[in-house]
Amino acid sequence: MPHDHSDHDHPHALLPPDPALRVKALETILTRKGLVDPAALDEIIDAYQNRIGPRNGAEVVARAWTDPAFHTALMADATSVVADLGYYGRQGEHMVVVENTPQTHNMVVCTLCSCYPWPLLGIPPGWYKSDAYRARAVREPRKVLADFGVSLPETTAVRVWDSTAEVRYLVLPMRPAGSDGMTAAQLADLVTRDSMIGTGLPRVPS
Amino acid sequence: MTRVHDMGGRFGDGPVVPEPQGIARFKAEWQARALALTLASGALGKWNIDTSRHARECLSPADYARFSYYEKWIAALADLLVETGLLEAGDLRDAGSGASLPLIDAALKSDQVAAVLAKGGAYDRPGDVPVAFAVGQAVQTVRPSANRLIDGGHTRLPSYAAGARGRILRCHGAHVFPDSNAHLAGESPQPLYSVIFPAGELWSAPENPKDEVVLDLWQPYLEPA
Repeated sequence: MPHDHSDHDHPHALLPPDPALRVKALETILTRKGLVDPAALDEIIDAYQNRIGPRNGAEVVARAWTDPAFHTALMADATSVVADLGYYGRQGEHMVVVENTPQTHNMVVCTLCSCYPWPLLGIPPGWYKSDAYRARAVREPRKVLADFGVSLPETTAVRVWDSTAEVRYLVLPMRPAGSDGMTAAQLADLVTRDSMIGTGLPRVPS
Repeated sequence: MTRVHDMGGRFGDGPVVPEPQGIARFKAEWQARALALTLASGALGKWNIDTSRHARECLSPADYARFSYYEKWIAALADLLVETGLLEAGDLRDAGSGASLPLIDAALKSDQVAAVLAKGGAYDRPGDVPVAFAVGQAVQTVRPSANRLIDGGHTRLPSYAAGARGRILRCHGAHVFPDSNAHLAGESPQPLYSVIFPAGELWSAPENPKDEVVLDLWQPYLEPA
């Protein structure tokens, strides 16, 4: 398996250095060898650009806000509850939902790579994968929250979840004030992607 | 001892730059192709998720730092394809030539994609290693953070949390052990725990004494405190 090489021994160095040309070359080789079907690549991209995204997670959050039995079940065994909604899958095999309260604000990171609950939130945004987020979220979460325009009271503890295994975390944000009487569908529109990572708060109804 | 990817707690990085809400967008078409190629190649079954993480971590520190995210993926993919014998180095050198071969049976077909993404692959296993720690128990992580099976090998204990005292928050049962699985040395399931640490145990100047960090850690990373 991969081990240390001097730089010029890494096989990737044989490909063109420009990233677009590098990917194109690799796709050409793998297609020619019969190892990859370009139509399957199109299908994967379509899934993650048009179908699998944070609307899924927002539906789960809105339902948890409006259905006490669902909320209880979700906190006890998120994997099976979201699977029943059709949101089981790759990078979401072991789901845990962590709930924000006035006492504790949860925030999710993966310092070692970029683990993220794909079936519920889609592919991660660029900032989630950035060195700055991976390096800083565990040590100075409140300064990172400030980068997102979020300020928490000193009396609220910040609990940062570093996704070091295959367990994936979804933050259940607090239901915003002024949302009484809204339907689950209306509430889902308040639930932003970042509020389910813990770097944002839900939208406040206008 | 550690590798360049192990950056939790590092100083010197700039601001985090938010992006619009909604589905995250690829910044360029090649990034989308890089992701799709990586998933489709992984479906050939020659490696596992820990192997591919380790391949990215084995990029030279200079490459790791200068490559953008999907450049890391594509470089690691090229390295893995050669390491596992799916391609030869010569194939990479000369991408445009050679005969076109029919699609092999193991290749991911477009009509299988939705089902493969929805199927995923669970990592919990029936484990015969006795669970050593109970919820609420005080534990200490081993130090240094290192693969104890293979020197310089893959491990998932970040260096910032090595030698730190915390307590067991939750036991997830036995999960595939990355330190072994990354090197195709067996899944060797081990009990996996969520372990909670006060920020003051990890950082010399925590932002707030109430703050905490939780990590998912396998039993071999832990000792009784």
